[in-house]
Parts: sequence; C-alpha cells; structure tokens
Amino acid sequence: MATATAVLELKDFKADIPPDWCAGCGDFGVLNGLFHACAELGRQPHEILVVSGIGCSSNLPGFFRSYGVHSLHGRALPFATGAKLANHGMTVIVTGGDGDGYGIGLNHFIQAMRRNIDITYIVMDNETYGLTTGQVSPTSETGMVTKTTPHGNLEQMLNPMALALASGCGYVARGFSGQPKHLLKLYTEAIQYPGFALVDVFSPCVTFNKHNTYEWFRKRVYRLEDTPHDPSDFHGAMDAALTWGEKIPIGLIYRDGNPRPSLHPQDPGLQAGPLVHQSVAVGREQRRKLIAEFM
Amino acid sequence: MNESDLVVGIGGAAGDGVASAGNTLALSVARQGQAVYAYNSYQSVIRGGHSWLRLRISAKKPLNHGDQVDALIALNQDTLDRHLQELVDGGVALYNSAKLRPSYEPHQGVQLCPLPVPDLTPAYKDLPVMQNTVAVGAVIGLMGLDFRGLESVLESTFAKKPHVVKVNMEAAKAGYDYAAAHFTPLFTQLTPTGQQWALVMGNELMAMGAALAGCKFYCAYPMSPATHILEWFAAHGKEMGICVRQVEDEISVINMSIGAGHMGARSMCATSGGGLALMTEAIGLSGMLETPVVVVNVQRAGPSTGVPTKTEQGDLNQAFGASQGDFPRIIIAPLSMTECFTTPALAFNLSDRYQCPVIILSDLLMAEGNETVDPALLDVEFQIDRGELITAASGGGNRGDAAGEPYLRYKDTESGISPRAVPGVPGHLHVAASDEHDEDGVLISDVYTDTVRRKKMADKRSRKMSTVLEHLPAPKLEGSLDAEVTLVGWGSTWGVLTEAVEQLNREGVSTSHLQIKFLVPFHVTEVSAILGKSRRVIVVENNQSGQFARHLRAETGIAAQGHIRKYDGEPFEPKHIVAAVKELLANGTELIEVLSTERGWQTEHPTGTSGDWTGRRVAAAAAGASPLTT
Repeated sequence: MATATAVLELKDFKADIPPDWCAGCGDFGVLNGLFHACAELGRQPHEILVVSGIGCSSNLPGFFRSYGVHSLHGRALPFATGAKLANHGMTVIVTGGDGDGYGIGLNHFIQAMRRNIDITYIVMDNETYGLTTGQVSPTSETGMVTKTTPHGNLEQMLNPMALALASGCGYVARGFSGQPKHLLKLYTEAIQYPGFALVDVFSPCVTFNKHNTYEWFRKRVYRLEDTPHDPSDFHGAMDAALTWGEKIPIGLIYRDGNPRPSLHPQDPGLQAGPLVHQSVAVGREQRRKLIAEFM
Repeated sequence: MNESDLVVGIGGAAGDGVASAGNTLALSVARQGQAVYAYNSYQSVIRGGHSWLRLRISAKKPLNHGDQVDALIALNQDTLDRHLQELVDGGVALYNSAKLRPSYEPHQGVQLCPLPVPDLTPAYKDLPVMQNTVAVGAVIGLMGLDFRGLESVLESTFAKKPHVVKVNMEAAKAGYDYAAAHFTPLFTQLTPTGQQWALVMGNELMAMGAALAGCKFYCAYPMSPATHILEWFAAHGKEMGICVRQVEDEISVINMSIGAGHMGARSMCATSGGGLALMTEAIGLSGMLETPVVVVNVQRAGPSTGVPTKTEQGDLNQAFGASQGDFPRIIIAPLSMTECFTTPALAFNLSDRYQCPVIILSDLLMAEGNETVDPALLDVEFQIDRGELITAASGGGNRGDAAGEPYLRYKDTESGISPRAVPGVPGHLHVAASDEHDEDGVLISDVYTDTVRRKKMADKRSRKMSTVLEHLPAPKLEGSLDAEVTLVGWGSTWGVLTEAVEQLNREGVSTSHLQIKFLVPFHVTEVSAILGKSRRVIVVENNQSGQFARHLRAETGIAAQGHIRKYDGEPFEPKHIVAAVKELLANGTELIEVLSTERGWQTEHPTGTSGDWTGRRVAAAAAGASPLTT
C-alpha cells in the first residue's frame, strides 16, 4: 500500500464539479464527511475507487476527486465487487441511495455482506425516490403518502441495520447528515474495517420528503456512544437495530470483535497478489498439462 | 453413410451411466488413433427419463454425429425398444440378456448381441454398472480395435482405486472376448492409427481457450448448457491464478465482470439465453463505459425457460438487440468445437482494442458435444493485444499527463478509440459514467441540453466500429460460384452443412457453401459479392423465424430463395439438409421445416393428448430421405 508522501488536504479530494444537489440536501454532509475521512486516512486519490449506482446521491463520484464509476441503477455493489477482486490493492467505496441499494439492488446488498467483500458501503437514506421526484422507497414508513402511494404506503419499511446483521455484515453503523463530525468517525472506521462495512446515513430530501425532515430526525436520534451499548454484542446490536419510533439510535451498532476473513485473502486465484498485476501469459508447460487432461 | 466410420448409440435412463460409458468408449478409441464426434440427446431430469448418446468414430475426423446408428448399446428396455429399429443393415444391438430382451423383430441384417452379463462377471453380480463395461468391451471388439486402448483408459480413470481397475478390467475383457467368440464383427473394421487425439467438449475448450488468452476473472451463475465453463474455471482457477466466482444472478455476473474488466483484468462470463436477458442492461454499460467484457451465450431452445437441454440458434436477435441505444458491439459465432478454443482469444483482443462488449454465440450442440481434436491445435500461444491500455503513470503527477495536459478518458480521437487508463494509475483520475459524458468523463446528462457534445460522443463511440472488419477474415465460399445451390449457415452448423454439401455434390446437385462466423460487424461487401452471384441462396438455421436470413437481408439486401429451418430441439443431421434441398428444388418450395420423427425420438405425452407422432408436416420424410421415419 502506497502511503501519502505529503499530508493530504480536503481540496485533494474535491472535484472541479460542484454538486448539483438541492440547497440543503443531506447528501452535502455525506460528501463533506467523505472528503475529511479520506484526507485523514492518507490514501492518495488514485488509490481510491468510488462506485455508485443511479439516483441523486449516486452522482457523488462526479463531485469526489478519485477514480470513480457511475454504474447502473442498483448494480454498484457487483461492479465494485468485480473491481475489488481484480485489484484488491485499491480502497473501494460504494455510495448510493436507499432505492438503489435496498430496492432494485437489494439482492446484491445481501449477497455482498454474505460474501464479505472488503468494501465500504455508504447509503444516503432519504426514505424516498428523489431523482424521480418523490415516490415511495423501501425505507419509507408504513402509511407514508407519496406520489405513488396517495392513500398511504401499505408495506412495512425495510430495516437495513437488522438486515445487515442477519446477513453477516461485520461493521454496521448509522449516521445522520446533520451530525458531520460523528459521521466522519464512522467513515474512517468503516473504511479501515477489513471486510464489508455498512454506513447508512439519514440524509434528508428537502424537496420531496416532507415527512422525514432534519427536524424529524433531530428530535429522534441519539448516539449509541452516549449509552452503555456494546457494539461487539450481536444481540444488543440487534436490539439497537430494531429500535425505531420516538427514539432512533445512530452510531456504531455492531462491530465484529473478531472479524471473519474477507473474500479476497481467501480466494484461491488471488494468492499471488492483485490480478491486474499478474502476467496474462501462460507458459508452455502449463498449457501442455491442461491439454494432457483431455487425453 | 460414410463408409469408413461407425456410429455407436448408447441409451439409458439418467443415472444408468450413459455419459460415463460413452466417455470410456470415446477415450478408448481415441487412444487408438480414432477420431470421435459425440452428441448426447438428454432431458432435464437427474434420474430416469431417456438419454441417447451417439458417437461417430472414424480414422478421418467426423464433423457431426451422422445420420444413422450402426451399433446400439441398450442399458435399459426402453432404449432397446426405441432404437433397435433404427439400426442399419449389418448393425449390432448389445444388451444385458439377463435383464433385457427385444420386444420386436429387428430389421433383417441386424445382429442381436445378447450379453449374459451376470455369467460373464460372476464375482460382481451385484454391480449393475458392470453391464456398461461389458458392453463397451464387446463393442470395441466388434469394431476391430484391440483391447489396449480400453485397458489404458480404465487404468487411468481409476488410477487411485486399484480394486476398481481390476473389476472393470475383468468385466471389459469378458465382454471383449465373449463378443469375439459369439458375434460377427461389424461391417466396418477400424484400424488403429498413430494419430493422437484430445477428447474435448466445446464448453471446456471455450474455458481453456479463454484461460490461455489471459482471462483473469470469470464469474457465472449455473445455467445449462453453459455450466461446464464455470466448472472448468473453478477446477483450474487456483493453479492458473484466475479469480472464479459463482454469484447470485446474471445481473451480478455481468456487472462484476465489467467491474473487473474496468480495472484492467481480462474478464469473461458465460450463460444461456435467459441469463443473457438479465445481462442486457449491463452490456450497454460496457458499451457506454467503453470497458471490455466478453460474454459467451451458449444457446438453448427458447423462449423463456424453453427446453433447457435442447439445442437451438434462436438468440441471434437477442444478441443484436441486447441493451438500449446504439453502441459498438461485436458478435462472433464459432463454427466448430475447435473454434470454441480460438474464439475467446480473438474476442479478448477485439474487446480490449475496441473497448466494447464482445458476445460469443455458442450453442448446446457444440458446447456439450464431445469431439476429438488434434492436440497440436491446442498447443498454441495466443497473440495478446491489450489495445491502448495505460497501466503505468506517465510522470505528470496527479493532475495530468506528462505534458501537463489533463487526461481525457474519452478523448475524441480519429479512430474513436481513447487510450484507457485503469484505476490505480497516478495522473489519470476520471469518472466513468453510464450517463452520457464528455471527453473528460463529466456528465452532460444533467445539463439543460448539449446537442453538440451528445452527438460528438455518440459518433466517437460508433466510429470505433469502422476498422473492426480489418481484423476479421472474410467468409469464403466453399465450392463453385456457379453452383446450382449455395447453402448459407452460421455458427455451429458448419460441420453438418459441410457433409451435406459433399453428399449433394456426390448425388448430382451442384452445391456450394458459405458459413458465417462474424455476425456483427458483417462482411457486407464480401458476402454481397458472393451471394449476389449465387444462383439459388438457401439459408439453413436452427431456429423458427429465420433470424439470420433476416439479418442477411438487412445487411446486404439479399433475400434468400429458400430456407431450411429446424427448431424441434434436436440438431440437423446431414440427411435432413440433403432431403430438404432436394425438395426445395423439386417443388419450388420456399421453406422447409425439418422435424426429427424417428421412432427413437418418440415420447408419450404424460396426459396422452399429443396425437399423431409423425407431425403435421414432415419434410425429410416426404422426400424419402429417411428410411427410419415411419
């Protein structure tokens, strides 16, 4: 791993393109937190790959100065998984929204946690579909009125924290865009965690979600760090994950005290180092051995 | 029909060991210098049902599984009942006489070869699989080959279990000796040759060909008939340093493959039609990101789940239309199992050079068929061309290239090809986006409108295609330009068409043959020059609607005068094409739909409502080409 020769600053990670989010959008806080975290961790911009799906929040790689991919709706995790397996020397961060990750991409979300690929997944959870101008999302509360649920959402909201715990995710955290310093700490820990790490961030949509506003979250959120919560206790973590209503916990919900190995160190094909650094040529002896298997 | 070869049919229920008996036989004869082409017709069950494997064996390499059955090995009563009547004059039927007996008289000239298996293997009476080994030993004897080939195969197959070698060796030898003592040898006697053969499967060659061409990332979701490719990679990933993953669905498969390709690893994935449907959106992603990926589609009979264990060439339209919008793509249909080996290397080079998706269209016939290949053809070092790939810093630091110019990932070059830096390289930061973007990768999708840049970038991408044909050999006409008939096929039908054309010419119908391997881009000039002069163009394809015939017309304006199609699940045999061509010529018919109606194919419908087996219209039978058709 190459390390920074000079101290990295915020500006090293700021792209020339300013974000085109609505004024007051929660995603600004998420992006700022990421600038700070990357500067603090000392990874050079070219050693970082940020992959997103599609949605307002998925525009993030365009505003972040590193290698980036703006992939397909719901498919950021598989794309990033392939990228990490091809070059596990890179720091891979996936960003996106609740519709992208918990709706169309839900299967990949569960599978990525199960396979414990070493990437950090930051979900900007605004409980609505913003880019399509305000439809119900998997994390919209039951009863929520949106353009596509004019009589109220009939379905139960998805609980990404409990789902992550059940799916074998070793680092499960929740932040609030209104508390950027707290967020920064979660990011730096998540990026350093040796395996799949999830940071779900309440990131209010000021234009299309008039229900889950900054005010709504401010009234409810409290930091687990301010409680006796033990993040290494799985069952306690599940209790925290299931807490929703008048009070909602944010912070580190779960961190596996004894992280299970992530995918790339175990993969038999990756033992010689990152694939992209391996020669594509196959020697004559090996070729003849393969042919002999057919004779 | 070929006098120098023999076709052995092995039939039984799934679980009876048809495939392993066939494999033992094929390897045994291959080790005595005989070439083999095998096609297994099976159904989607794990136990029971009917499985029918035909192996065509000859000193001269056969190009298809042939028209007939010379030797039958029946592993159950159903097989004996179905296929006994298909045997040619002089053919032999081998079966375990302790279990089976013919329920009707065979044709005159057919030799019944009952094998008293329990008496021949008294020590192993309780091992039902012994009947397979006895029969394989017997048929090798009747073909005139000596016992050595089989002996060496049994030794190597069970090398770790000396007891199993002993048991099988005794059974095989008992069968071999019993046949020599009691039956008349087959009408064609095979002579051992010194030629070495590798016995391969199209899928295995596709996998090995890709691995030898530098494939470093392979992932897939199991789907017949493509699964063997995944299994080959899984078995060899460790020793070859290839990352091999089975993942949740084909959507994930293709996105992971493109992700790996994006970082600079050669990556490939394979599936069948249903999986390709799921991959569709991401094939366009590859086109838009200009990230190489190779996708193998092993076609099976569709639509939807279709007939998973049956062959078809029905996914051409799907490959043309996979994903929305316009973008460069390359579509290649290998013509033979041997070409399954060489095509991935070509596909990788093209995909790297043109930074676009390449789709390889294989099909069940080639993919799951077994064939002997001259090992020298596999012992080649592929040329590897990674195209304009930047994998190291050019010294310009983090804000630009060596000259201090900012790096433009999608630079608008004359060729349309933009030098591609992979993530990790200093000085070439960029975002690759599925949204429309400018040369620097910055989105133009979110601005009010940007007509000039949108058109510029679409033109840049499409311009890449203008030079692809320079790297692809044009198809060549086999035979005379003024032949009465020109048969046009694509992909896997090359072998069967080659033999049908030879036969037609022998029988006085002057016939030429054009086989198409490169579907997109298409050799419009060369194909037009040939077919524009042809007296009668007949397109032969394994689908219902004539997907290739429409493509040919769209590309060249040439409308075929005749069509021979088959979409009943089973592949063409030479006799089908010969009969159909004759009927087309005799009756001026435009379309012949071929149907396999031999009694051996007959299947009772579970509810008994299917009606007449002979079908609504049986072209081949009408032309009298198939004496075995009722």
